[in-house]
Amino acid sequence: MIRVEDIYKSFGDHEVLKGITHTFEPGKTNLIIGRSGAGKTVLLKILVGLITPSSGKVWYDDVDFFELDRKQLRAIRMKVGMLFQGSALFDSMTVEENIRFPLDMFTQWTEKEKVDRVNYCLERVGLDRINEKYPSEISGGMQKRVGIARAIVLNPSYLFCDEPNSGLDPKTALLIDELIKDITYENNITTVINTHDMNSVMEIGDNIALLHQGELVWTGNKTEVMSSDNQILQDFIFASPFLKRLRQAAIAKG
Amino acid sequence: MNLLFHFGRYVMLLGNALFARPENLRMYRKELLRQMDDIGVGSLFIVFLISVFMGAVAALQFAYQLDGQLVPLYYIGYIVRDFALIEAAPTITSLVLAGKIGSNIAAEIGGMRQKEHIDAMEIMGVNTAAFLIRPKILASLVMIPVLVTLAVFLAIVGGYLATVPFGYLTDVDYIRGVHAYFDSYNVFIMYVKAVTFAFLLTSVSAYQGYFVTGGSIELGRASTNAVVFSDILILLFDYLIAVLLT
Repeated sequence: MIRVEDIYKSFGDHEVLKGITHTFEPGKTNLIIGRSGAGKTVLLKILVGLITPSSGKVWYDDVDFFELDRKQLRAIRMKVGMLFQGSALFDSMTVEENIRFPLDMFTQWTEKEKVDRVNYCLERVGLDRINEKYPSEISGGMQKRVGIARAIVLNPSYLFCDEPNSGLDPKTALLIDELIKDITYENNITTVINTHDMNSVMEIGDNIALLHQGELVWTGNKTEVMSSDNQILQDFIFASPFLKRLRQAAIAKG
Repeated sequence: MNLLFHFGRYVMLLGNALFARPENLRMYRKELLRQMDDIGVGSLFIVFLISVFMGAVAALQFAYQLDGQLVPLYYIGYIVRDFALIEAAPTITSLVLAGKIGSNIAAEIGGMRQKEHIDAMEIMGVNTAAFLIRPKILASLVMIPVLVTLAVFLAIVGGYLATVPFGYLTDVDYIRGVHAYFDSYNVFIMYVKAVTFAFLLTSVSAYQGYFVTGGSIELGRASTNAVVFSDILILLFDYLIAVLLT
C-alpha cells in the first residue's frame, strides 16, 4: 500500500500539487488520470522519489519515504519497478543486458540464475528470441514490454507506469494494459499508472484518482466513472462531441 | 551568486560520486575498464597527431630562432624536451582532450538524463552520480597521465623528424640536447599538471551533463560548456601550478 498525505509541490510561484491525499491499494491497478498539466507526472515522480514534495508525506506501507536514509531508501528501491513513458532502455545494451542490469547490480546470483530469470521475464511479457537485439532494433510496443520485463525482474512490490500506452496503436495498448493488470493481480503488486488513455481507464481502472489543476477532484473505480455526475470527470472522459452524444444517447436509452 | 550555486552543486555531486560506497564492485570495475578503453585507447590517434606536430613545429621554430646565434644547436633537442615536458604535453594535450573526452562525457551523461536513463537507474536504487561519474574520473586520472607521457616522447620524435633529416642539426646533437640538463623535477610538474587537468576536464564535463535540462539545444550547450569551462580551468590551474611549483 502507498499513501500520500497532504502533498503540496510548487516550482517557483507555480503551485502544481495542492494538498493531495490518496491511498494506492495493493493488488489493484491504481490510475492517476487528468488533463495535461494537471500534475500527474509530478505526483508520480514524487511517489518514486525523483521529486521531493514542498510538504506532505509519502508512506510505503508504514515507512515514511522521505525520512529514509540512503541504505533504507535502497532497500525500498529494490522493491520498486518502473515503466517509463519512453521505456528508458539503455541504448548501448542489448535487451538481455537491459533486463539483467538490476540483477547484475544488486544480486549475487549465478550466471545461470540470471539468464533463467531474464528469459522468464521475457516470456512473461510475451517476447522471445530478442535477447541479443538492441532497443533501436525492436518496435515501440516491444520496447514497452522489455521495459515491463526490466521493471519486474527483481519481483517488485510496487510497480509504477508513466503513460504506458503513449505512442502505441490501440491493440498493442490493450495488450500492455492486460499485461500490467495480470502482473499486478498475480503478484499482489501495488501498481500506480499515470495515464490519460480512456481505454485504460475503462479496462483496468480498479482505483482511479482524477487530478484537475493540481487538486484531487474525484476518486472511484471504472464502473463508477460512467455513473458519476462529477462535471470535471465527465468533461475529461467525454471530451469529444462524439462521446458526449454517445453518452447522452446511452442515458436517453436508460 | 550563480557561480556559488554551481560550485556548491559541483562539490556535492563530486562528494557523492567519489565517496559513496559502490553497490557492486564488479559492475564498477567493468565500467572503469570500458572508460579506460574509451578515454585512453580512444584518444591515442589524436594525441599521436598533435604531439608529433607540436614537437616538429617547436623544433623548427627554435632552429629558426637559433640560426646565426652563438647558442649551440643541440639546444634544440633540450628546448623541445623541456617545452614538451613542462608545458606542451600536459597542457595542450589536456586542452585537446577536453574537446574530445569532455564533450563526449557531457553528451553521454546529458543524453542519459534526457532519455530518463538516469531516472531509471535512480529508481532501481543505483547511485547514478557514483556509477556514471566515478569510473570516468578514475579512468581519466589513470589514462591521461599515460597519454601525456606518450605525448612527450612523440613530441621529441616529432622534433627529431622535422630537423635532423633536413640538416638543421645532426642526430648526435639532437640526442645530446634531449639528454642535456635533465631535471627530474620537471617530470614531477608534468604529472601534477596531467593529474589536475584530468580531474578538472572529467569532473566539469560530467557536471555539465548530469544536470542538463530541456532538449537538444540544451544538450549541445552543455557539451560546449563542458569544453569551454574545462579549457578555462585548465589554463587557470596551469598558471597556478606554474606559480606554485616553479
